[in-house]
Amino acid sequence: MSQRRPRGAAAPRVPGPEGLPRLLAAPCATHAEHLTRYGALPALRGRSERAGLIAEVEASGLRGRGGGAFPTGRKLRAVADGGRSPVVVANGAEGEPASHKDSMLMRRSPHLVIDGAIVAARAVGAETIHFVVDRADTPARDVLARAMASRAAEMARPEAWRLVELPSRYVAGEESALVNFVNGNEARPVTVPPRPYERGVRGRPTLVQNVETLADIALIARYGATWFGTVGTNDEPGSVLTTVLGAVGRPGVYEFASGSSFETVLGAAGGSLATTGAVLVGGYFGSWLTPADASALALAHGVLRRGGATLGCGVVVALPPESCGVAETTRIARYLSSESAGQCGPCVHGLDAVAGALEALAAGHAAVGTLADLDRWLGDVAGRGACHLPDAAVGFVRSARRVFAADFDHHERHGACVHAQRPPVLPLPDPATRDWSFR
Amino acid sequence: MSKRLVVDWIKCDAHGICAELFPERVRLDDWGYPIVDGRAVPSALMAHARRAVTACPTLALHLERADDA
Repeated sequence: MSQRRPRGAAAPRVPGPEGLPRLLAAPCATHAEHLTRYGALPALRGRSERAGLIAEVEASGLRGRGGGAFPTGRKLRAVADGGRSPVVVANGAEGEPASHKDSMLMRRSPHLVIDGAIVAARAVGAETIHFVVDRADTPARDVLARAMASRAAEMARPEAWRLVELPSRYVAGEESALVNFVNGNEARPVTVPPRPYERGVRGRPTLVQNVETLADIALIARYGATWFGTVGTNDEPGSVLTTVLGAVGRPGVYEFASGSSFETVLGAAGGSLATTGAVLVGGYFGSWLTPADASALALAHGVLRRGGATLGCGVVVALPPESCGVAETTRIARYLSSESAGQCGPCVHGLDAVAGALEALAAGHAAVGTLADLDRWLGDVAGRGACHLPDAAVGFVRSARRVFAADFDHHERHGACVHAQRPPVLPLPDPATRDWSFR
Repeated sequence: MSKRLVVDWIKCDAHGICAELFPERVRLDDWGYPIVDGRAVPSALMAHARRAVTACPTLALHLERADDA
């Protein structure tokens, strides 16, 4: 593994933080404070240092933290090899109503995110960086804007980076939608291929990377792949920023070692699998798990994948035992249907039908055969859209069909259960301020 | 080189001509949108597949290389 030293930088070289937190350390008020804590950012002068950074990220085993879990080093290499002056897009727009980790990271450690974007841009040879935030997330936008302004001298030209405020729509943060918006169009997904890494912003190879992934790159650039792997599992090194919600005493964003047990995750937030009816992992792109499922799995992409679930953007919600899983699933299914970009027929009609069947079941006036219709539609809709919204909604509802199977049968045969009227647990956007625009 | 049918979902407008011309590989869902069998199209059926692709009024149906063939 290569050893890199900052050249000509005023800041000292400091050792990497031991243990956790590494991304969510106490906030640094200024860039100078940030440099004192983390040390200077390697300058990456020359081709071999840039190639060395990509090799280091590949060696680190880092995977994208935005939900796709794609190997970051491979993505860097693909963009670097694409030629034609690439572009970097730092994606800090979560879109997922249950997720707050990217917002928290940008407010807490904006300079790590900026470091990561700068290093990634140098590594792939990009001269332009777009920082994308959800336009409703004004606190994160303001912190990031101030941090960027304090480091304007690091960019060759002032216009070389800009802050983009994205509509607060569920699919707007999807890579192709995001790039479409940066290009001056609506934040709706487009048909791929070509994917953004092949042809993205202004037709150039574009590295779209989640802000947590970029912050990890900033640390790997300073301390190396070996240090990165001192936290987490061998297969999936590093930490995972996780939003923990629901039946826990202290809901919020936590940083866990990859591979942590769900008992550890809920315990840190003041909850426990023992006092949880079901666990939602991965947000609304994710799946429901029984507490028994959850205790056999862990907070890591591969483990969850093998268990038929996904880490997604790192959301973990503990559903209280007295809540109705059918009612909770129904609210989210209707939300996902209403967040369709309206472009693909199976999504527009199929998700609406799925949500309608669920609403009838949840309210207790479903005709006999509703569950059969629901299951058929779930089978029909999967895999038939430009983006993965229909697949995600189907995966989410199918997991509910499995975990809450007895409740679904009860709702179809006997009407709504006594718990269906309980206050909702899974968060949704406030209807009064909801953003309906893709522009 | 074997090929399979794919749909550009943004372009597709549920005209349903593909299912009429190529029922061996395309059926319609409850709203008239095609559900295509994504396996490689056997060479005996290739002429039907090509006709369905050409007849699509919105140019939403394509034949692409089947990697799993």
